[in-house]
Amino acid sequence: MSNLLNLTVPQIVTGIKNMDFSAEEYVSQVLAKIRKVDLEINAYITLNERALEAAASIDKRIRMGENVGSLAGVSVGIKDNICTKGLKTTCASKMLEDYVPPYDATVVERLKNNDAILIGKLNLDEFAMGSTTEYSVFGPTHNPWNIEYVAGGSSGGSAASVAALECAVSLGSDTGGSIRCPASFCSVVGLKPTYGRVSRFGLVSYANSLEQIGPIGKNVSDVVMVMNAIAGSDEKDHTTGPLGAEPKYSLKSGQNLRVGLIKKVTEEADPDVSKCIYDAMELFANSGCKCEEISLASSLQYALSSYYTIAMAEASSNLSRYDNVRYGFDMSPDGYEWNTYFMKVRSNFGEEVKRRIIVGSYVLSSAYYGKYYLKAQKVRSMLIEEFKLLFKKFDVLVSPTMPILPFKIGEKISDPLKIYQIDVNTVVANLTGMPAISVPAGFSNGLPIGLQLMADILQEQKLFDAAALFEEKLHPPAGSLK
Amino acid sequence: MSNAIKIGLEIHCQLTGLQSKLFCSCSADYRGKLPNENICPICYGLPGTLPLLNQKAVEFAGMISIALDCLIPAQTMFYRKNYFYLDLPKNFQLTQYDTYGKSSIGSGGKLYYGSKTIRIRRVQLEEDPGRLIYEEGNTQANLYTLIDYNRSGVALVEIVTEPDFEDPKDARTFLNKIGSIVEHLGVCDTKLEGAIRCDANISIDEGKRVEIKNVGSFRELERALSYEITRQKSMSLRSIEIKGETRHWDDSRKVTKKSRTKEEEQDYRYLPEADIPTVIFEREFLLSLKAKMPELPYDRKTRFISSYQLSEQVAQVLIDKKELADFFESAIKVYSSAKEIANWIVNDLMWHMDDAGDGRSLFANLKIEPNHIAKLAKMVDQNIISRNTAKTILSQIIRTGEDPSNVAEKNKVSKIDDKIVISTAIERVFDSEKTAVDDAKMNPNATNYLLGKVMQLTGGRADPGIASQLIKKRLNQSE
Repeated sequence: MSNLLNLTVPQIVTGIKNMDFSAEEYVSQVLAKIRKVDLEINAYITLNERALEAAASIDKRIRMGENVGSLAGVSVGIKDNICTKGLKTTCASKMLEDYVPPYDATVVERLKNNDAILIGKLNLDEFAMGSTTEYSVFGPTHNPWNIEYVAGGSSGGSAASVAALECAVSLGSDTGGSIRCPASFCSVVGLKPTYGRVSRFGLVSYANSLEQIGPIGKNVSDVVMVMNAIAGSDEKDHTTGPLGAEPKYSLKSGQNLRVGLIKKVTEEADPDVSKCIYDAMELFANSGCKCEEISLASSLQYALSSYYTIAMAEASSNLSRYDNVRYGFDMSPDGYEWNTYFMKVRSNFGEEVKRRIIVGSYVLSSAYYGKYYLKAQKVRSMLIEEFKLLFKKFDVLVSPTMPILPFKIGEKISDPLKIYQIDVNTVVANLTGMPAISVPAGFSNGLPIGLQLMADILQEQKLFDAAALFEEKLHPPAGSLK
Repeated sequence: MSNAIKIGLEIHCQLTGLQSKLFCSCSADYRGKLPNENICPICYGLPGTLPLLNQKAVEFAGMISIALDCLIPAQTMFYRKNYFYLDLPKNFQLTQYDTYGKSSIGSGGKLYYGSKTIRIRRVQLEEDPGRLIYEEGNTQANLYTLIDYNRSGVALVEIVTEPDFEDPKDARTFLNKIGSIVEHLGVCDTKLEGAIRCDANISIDEGKRVEIKNVGSFRELERALSYEITRQKSMSLRSIEIKGETRHWDDSRKVTKKSRTKEEEQDYRYLPEADIPTVIFEREFLLSLKAKMPELPYDRKTRFISSYQLSEQVAQVLIDKKELADFFESAIKVYSSAKEIANWIVNDLMWHMDDAGDGRSLFANLKIEPNHIAKLAKMVDQNIISRNTAKTILSQIIRTGEDPSNVAEKNKVSKIDDKIVISTAIERVFDSEKTAVDDAKMNPNATNYLLGKVMQLTGGRADPGIASQLIKKRLNQSE
């Protein structure tokens, strides 16, 4: 049997439907790959023991001549903060180490309805709080390009698993860059959709006004395929609609796109990263795009502090429910007065989560609400106005996804502020609700660099057009994996 | 010292008229179910769930706001009130909050009664928490706490008044009016246990505000407020400082006690709820809401006065309790003498009712039906029975639910106005009660004794007026 792991999603679906190979054979290869590499990568927290069974049933339906879904047999990994019925959803936290949800998140339900095969649950920073996947109670995820390096985060497992061919595509969640950062660090494509474009029902909330579920894939076409399956309004999430007609995205290279380069953040990036992004701009220009460098006025300098203020405030509230009364981990309440019990239980959060809960509680306290939270919301409104204007002039805005190259595991963990700072380019899309995608743009010393494209609200198609054009022109080197 | 008293109320009305809870499709009717049977991932606060705002609840809260003359903003939103408590599955309560900008569905309203105006600060929507159950009456004696989340997420409307009351009695009257309004709107069945609850705050002479909680009924609230006035006045007489604190009403000892929890010191870290999109109130929506508002108590009173010629007072008493007004209107369908029936209800029937203001139906222990009162009034009007007899029958049928004409027949209580029958009875009494007859000749007041004997002999059926006349006549004859 040939190696099926490098196939694109359309190739997998066609292959299985045409019975060139069976879903069972394909999924077996995926599971074998996981067995082979995941001890080192640590992308998976839990494997779905029924994956082969599900694959076999798709094969059976195809043999019977039945119709199968648009993702028939495609192996999908799910970030472990997205609920899967009957399959542990831990959020990489002690607090939920044995939690098994009684329902599927809408995105999981939609993937299943399209006959995708759920391979397992992927590693993340505890409750998606982090940019390196080092804050996981199950240990860090390693970068497949160099296992001494971080995979990025918080959807580190989602990006690393796709890069290491441990699944065809995956779902991550992006609150301040959590899909795009690891996509950039692992040289895969990751999309943060428009806020409200994909249902959050079943996504364990970290900062609910900022986060979105989105796909990660080896290429733009795979991401488009997954988006067509999961996007659209959902009656279980009132922030999803009504947003107009249900989306149907296509893969076509953009023509005559108007591309704006955000100058300041590109210049301030690591020199290798910066050069790579300028090269990308040239590539766009050479492909008939109308390119322009732009300097923002700008509220951009406050974006990062605004983001962390809002995210932590929301986190402090969203994480209140973990008190081990209704679900959680094994710890008897015998002999405790309930307040003492809550305190004891909640000391089991990791350091980063505790830090954000404490800061978040502080900024929401009545004495400081105006000083921090309200101010952060003002910055947010200004950013929205500013970017709305920009998108009258441009189809997409370009910048480095991450200002730096991937770094070694443990290198920055002692300085949380340094880790916060690497989110500087990604948080804007979350604050404005606008869609953004990270696509592989090159390497420096064997470490990946990602290009970020951002578009106006609901303009995912423009992102796909630009990303597909870039992908086509660039032909990034097919990096060799261990 | 003027001893100016300021009382404000915080009323919680469950929207029992809804099919489902405020943010999920679980039944709004949680009563009588097995513990933790009426829950789903949303109201149980499971990770990953999102609140789905019940549009009907917004309509109901809008109707209450309109009825209380509130301003309704162009848009409204929800806030999270963050605090840890076992009955809150998410450890925050979804509610509305006005400090960071108006978010309540209604604000700045008023309700008139008599010559008084009570200002309504706000009307807001929020979710009810679950319930903690202690098996031992004394909370301290329990080794464990049971939690039932069946009630968790049920829609509440909170109505907050300005501190415009001076008299605990007025507070109770006002609460009855609010109860009647929500009953008339069909949004809350106040007769259900816990469907309408009230906390109060009270201050004297611009002093510190004391919150009173845990009050089981409107009657108890009146008592708690009266107790608190006495307590605070006697403290200030002794120059003891009154602390701004929360006090719980001890129903058995009839005193308020300082709560152990430091509620007043809590910072609730209010946070706008991003999961519920801002609700926009279109002009058309508000107009259609106004158009479909049921008749309110005030309008019903006007109609009672103009259509049935009831006095202002009688009409007021009837509409203050929707079930009384409904009872009245059902009865006059059977017999159309509205004034007579209204008087029967207000003067006689109500005397048998116990209005504790704990939400229980006024008819809870009574079996009487509207047609009974109608028939009774008719029998009196037609001189079939005397008014006194009717009262006796009333006190019987309210317990038994029997038809009044059957009772009259069974007890042969149809009024005796036949002078010959009555005279025969008088002759028998005069024969057997010679001493009393002699007394009565000397002292007219002793006549009553003879009348009593005659009534006894006729089983109370003799027309007392006729009998009394005949006795006097007979006394004069025998002189």
